[in-house]
Amino acid sequence: MPLSTEGGRVMSMNRREFIKIAGLSSILGIGGVTGVTALKNSVEASQVSKNPEALTAKRWAMVIDMSKFASEEDFQPCLEACHRAHNVPHITDNPKHEVKWIWPETYEHAFPGNEDEYRAEKYQHMPFLMLCNHCENPPCVRVCPTQATYKRKSDGIVMMDMHRCIGCRFCMAGCPYGARSFNYKNPRPYLDESKENPEFPTRMKGVVEKCTLCYERLAKGLEPACVEAAKEVAAKKGTTPGLIFGDLEDPDSEVRKILSERFTIRRKPELGTGPSVYYII
Amino acid sequence: MYNGGKILLGLIIFIALVTAPFWLSGKQATAKPDPKVDTPEILKLPESARQCVESKAYMKKEHMKMLNEWRDWVVRDGVTVYTSTTGKQYTMSLQNTCMKCHSNKSKFCDECHNYASVKPYCWDCHLAPKEEGL
Amino acid sequence: MLEKAIYGGRRYWVWVCFLLSLIGVGFLAYLYQFQNGLGVTGMSRDVSWGLYIGQFTFLVGVAASGVMVVLPYYLHDYKKFGRLTILGEFLAIAAVIMCMLFIFVDLGQPLRVLNVILHPTLNSVMFYDMLVLSGYLFLNVLIGWTVLGAERKEVPPPKWVKPFIILSIAWAPSIHTVTAFLYAGIPGRHFWLTAILAARFLASAFAGGPALLIILAMIVRKYTKFDPGKEAIQTLGKIVTYCMLINVFFLGLELFTAFYSQIPGHMHAFQYLYAGLHGHSQLVPIMWLSSILAVIALALLIFPQIRKNESLLAVACAATFFSLWIDKGFGLVIGGFVPNPFEKITEYWPTLPEALITLAVWSIGFLVLTILYKIAVSVKEEVVFDKYGERQIKAE
Repeated sequence: MPLSTEGGRVMSMNRREFIKIAGLSSILGIGGVTGVTALKNSVEASQVSKNPEALTAKRWAMVIDMSKFASEEDFQPCLEACHRAHNVPHITDNPKHEVKWIWPETYEHAFPGNEDEYRAEKYQHMPFLMLCNHCENPPCVRVCPTQATYKRKSDGIVMMDMHRCIGCRFCMAGCPYGARSFNYKNPRPYLDESKENPEFPTRMKGVVEKCTLCYERLAKGLEPACVEAAKEVAAKKGTTPGLIFGDLEDPDSEVRKILSERFTIRRKPELGTGPSVYYII
Repeated sequence: MYNGGKILLGLIIFIALVTAPFWLSGKQATAKPDPKVDTPEILKLPESARQCVESKAYMKKEHMKMLNEWRDWVVRDGVTVYTSTTGKQYTMSLQNTCMKCHSNKSKFCDECHNYASVKPYCWDCHLAPKEEGL
Repeated sequence: MLEKAIYGGRRYWVWVCFLLSLIGVGFLAYLYQFQNGLGVTGMSRDVSWGLYIGQFTFLVGVAASGVMVVLPYYLHDYKKFGRLTILGEFLAIAAVIMCMLFIFVDLGQPLRVLNVILHPTLNSVMFYDMLVLSGYLFLNVLIGWTVLGAERKEVPPPKWVKPFIILSIAWAPSIHTVTAFLYAGIPGRHFWLTAILAARFLASAFAGGPALLIILAMIVRKYTKFDPGKEAIQTLGKIVTYCMLINVFFLGLELFTAFYSQIPGHMHAFQYLYAGLHGHSQLVPIMWLSSILAVIALALLIFPQIRKNESLLAVACAATFFSLWIDKGFGLVIGGFVPNPFEKITEYWPTLPEALITLAVWSIGFLVLTILYKIAVSVKEEVVFDKYGERQIKAE
């Protein structure tokens, strides 16, 4: 911005130019300081570390042995354990708004496209447990515009960041397995206060939620709540647990052992999602 | 003054609207915040052990940012252990670390937040510890 | 130029106040939704997108259709469209604003909408949709305002506008292709998983948008001294005809693939929409209404003698617009969610708050359109020359 000149002599700046320069300096000054302080971290990366007791894996997977889930009393403890541990609301007044992280479906609904009217009755009525498949190639992660849902690099869990979710529900459209629920209203009135888990938050209206493979328990060295409940049921009945949990990329893990011995199926594998939940029928 | 009546009326309405936040919040705006740290959990600790994750001055200035960064470390990166500048280690968790000592949200957190008219949305999801008589 | 919108006759102000009242009611409905959550709509765990996203999808098409007028005029010197381009560009502005509003009212956490910009996600189609819509809005505001401003001063528009106009011509089909990509890449939703979805979107956009533009042009001619031109409207009518034919043809292609292959996943959504599935048939009447309107529209549009009759052309355009509005603004979205991934059916119908909010967003769009058209018409009612030296309105 040149200063006005006349006849070789430099005249003092006029008012308009002064205001322009003052305004620009203020914006740069205040903006610059704000930018620098905002970007500076409060917590240095050197101050944080993983819990040494945490359970780690390259790719978590679950095998569901349907022979262990004959009746409701076999799987109900798993559903309860999950929903209680995570304060999942029990919405009864409008089934359209239900929120569920793990639940049973019959064969024709769990594996649509595989229907056969001549399939044996006992298979048609089996209670297949449905949950997020924590896919290897998840379409929900692909579509999320804010990375509120993302695949954890360390262990392959498809996570939910409730703080970032804008509630656009693109992930719900993207999931081929119907694993996700949306909080159409405030979930808190639908929580039983006596059964609340004070160590885990609830969600608020307007965000999507689903099974997150008990990442908070894994961080403390505990297995997922449903797996633990299945172990308790098995101990009472004197059988082996119906939910087997482990690292798919560890050739010595329990899941790999079972997969090498038994035939398993996954839901909609032809879609290329690479689901990590296997079913032994 | 031309249209003097209308101008004065307009001025009065304008001043009323602009100062509304002050006279509408009543006592809340003037009562000095007095966060209490005398919770049963803190009192159980010996005097020497009654220190927060970081110093009081640091927490006053930085707890908002610190909690945000804790959140990203825990939720997004699966990293849960924080080593404070004092050398002690803590689990990064609002509900399970901060609120374990500061179990009186209404007499601690809310004191300054109400004064500053700040409504952090943490409590929409994170369960505050149950307080007596609330 | 904005001041031209505050001078108007009685009819103008009655219309504006009517729109403002609809906006007011809808705004209260939105406050109710904001307070109580999206549960006040008819959406469910299974049908997680509804009327709002359907309207958004339809309106992106209307916005993109501005290119149908801009392209012939600027790229091929089709002088007859000279009086229509500003109406097309302003319609695009109103439509894009409505799109953005529909997205906003559909969000569960609308106050976090800036997260899309703070955390750019290059693999998400929705991120690109935000970019292209914002870009298109900016382009149309810049171009429309500059060109109109130049006409008002009775000078040719500045040369730097031309590259922006060319950019907007390329940008318009891209906004609707990106919107189609929101649907067409989703595995597991077989109703949407078709390569021709973007082509269908463009065909229906270039039929529905110009249909609305024809009706708006006729209204402008009736109530103001500005005449967009009889031949311009006729040419636009031919565009609507061909694009509607292509759109119906594409629907036929979809039906063939679904029903000749006899694959259940492909057939089910069509069966639900047009015949009912497992006893659920709530949408069947309106989908057939859409088809009947399309047939009526084509019957009136295909024959030049009928198309030349402007009253019948208006009927045909209204039929086209409403047929596509039902098909794209409702049937498309619901069809993707029914049946759900478990082959179960949850039906969807909008609730009253949802309808009021939708009406309010449409009213905001029409208010923006009214104001912009008022400005454009006021400028053009004074004698102005376009870039070919042609008078925009006939001298008295």
